[in-house]
Amino acid sequence: MVNGKRVLIIIPALNESGSIADVVGEVRGELPGVDVLVVDDGSTDRTAAVAAAAGARVAKLPYNLGVGGAMRLGYRYARDNGYDVAIQIDADGQHDPRYVPKLVDQLDEVDLVIGARFAGEGDYSVRGPRRWAMVMLSLVLSRVAKTKLTDTTSGFRAANRRVIEMFAGWYPAEYLGDTVETLVHTARRGYTIRQVPVAMRKRMAGTPSHSPAKAMIYLGRAFAVLTLALIRR
Amino acid sequence: MKLTLVTGLTGLILLVTIVELLRRRQLREKYGMLWLAVLLIVVPLSLFPRLLDNVAGTLGVASGVSLVLFLGIVFLLLVCVHLSWEVSALEEETRTLAEDFALLRAEVEAERAARTESARNELVSHDG
Repeated sequence: MVNGKRVLIIIPALNESGSIADVVGEVRGELPGVDVLVVDDGSTDRTAAVAAAAGARVAKLPYNLGVGGAMRLGYRYARDNGYDVAIQIDADGQHDPRYVPKLVDQLDEVDLVIGARFAGEGDYSVRGPRRWAMVMLSLVLSRVAKTKLTDTTSGFRAANRRVIEMFAGWYPAEYLGDTVETLVHTARRGYTIRQVPVAMRKRMAGTPSHSPAKAMIYLGRAFAVLTLALIRR
Repeated sequence: MKLTLVTGLTGLILLVTIVELLRRRQLREKYGMLWLAVLLIVVPLSLFPRLLDNVAGTLGVASGVSLVLFLGIVFLLLVCVHLSWEVSALEEETRTLAEDFALLRAEVEAERAARTESARNELVSHDG
C-alpha cells in the first residue's frame, strides 16, 4: 500500500539475471507495502528464477514478445488482481524506486504519470540524431497530450486504474509502440498525462549504444512510429 | 505451338498440385478455393494465349499477354498484402495465447508454493 492504494510494480526483463535481484531487492526494501511482478520476456538465462528468489512474483512468457508484450501482460495481471496503481520500472536499475511515491501522488490529479529525465533533476545528456529524435517526439507529443513532455521514451511510468484497464486490453508490441504510441493513444482517449522530474542512474548492467548510424536509424524509426501513431485511430 | 505446350502443361501441373494439396487437407479451404478460381482463369489462357487480345485492345494494351502479366503482378501483390495481414493477425493471436499462458503459469506456481508452505506448517505443528 502506498497512500492507501494497492500498488503493483511491473518490471519487464529480458536476460537481466545480472541486475534483476538487486533491482527487486531495492524496490522491496524502499517500498515494503507494494507487490513486485517481474515479467520475464522469454529470457534464456536464469532471470525468472533469480527474480523469484529475490521475492518477486514472476510471469514467464514462453518466448520473446518485446517490451510492449511484456507490459500488456503486466497490466492484465494488475487488472485481474485488482490493483489501483501499476508502475513500470526498467530491469537495468536506472530507475530509482524512491521516486515511486512521488509518481503515485500525482495520480490523484492525472491518469498517467511519467518519470522524466532532462526535467531538471539529475544529469543526463544525449547529442546528434538521437537528440533530434527526442526533441521531435517531445514537441509533437506535448502538443497531442496538452502538457509539457520532455522525455517521451522513458520507461518509468505510473498508471491509475482507468489506464490499467485500457492498457490491459490494448498495448502495442511494436518498436517504440510501448512508449510513443501509448502516449498518443492515451491522450487521444481523453486521459490526462503529466511528467515528474526524476534523476536516472547509471545502468547496473548492460551498456547503451552510441553508434551514429544506429542513432540515425533510431531517428527514422521514431519519425515513422510517430506518424503512424498520429494517423491511426 | 511449342509455347502453348509449355504454358498449358504449367497450368495443368499447377491445377493438379492445388487439387492434391486440398485433397490431403494441407491447404485451408478458403485458400484452396481462391487458387482453384485463379487456375480456372489461368489454364484456358495458358492453352489459348490469344484469348485476351480483344479485351487488351479495348483497354489500349498492345497484346493480351502484357495484360495478363500486368493483372498477374497486381494479383500477386494483393496476395502478398493479404498474407502479411494474415500473419499480423496470427501474431496477435499467438501473443494473446503467450500472455494467457504466462498468467496461468504464474497462478499455478503461486498456488503450488502456497500449498507446500501450508503443508510444511502442518508438519511443524504435528511435530510440535
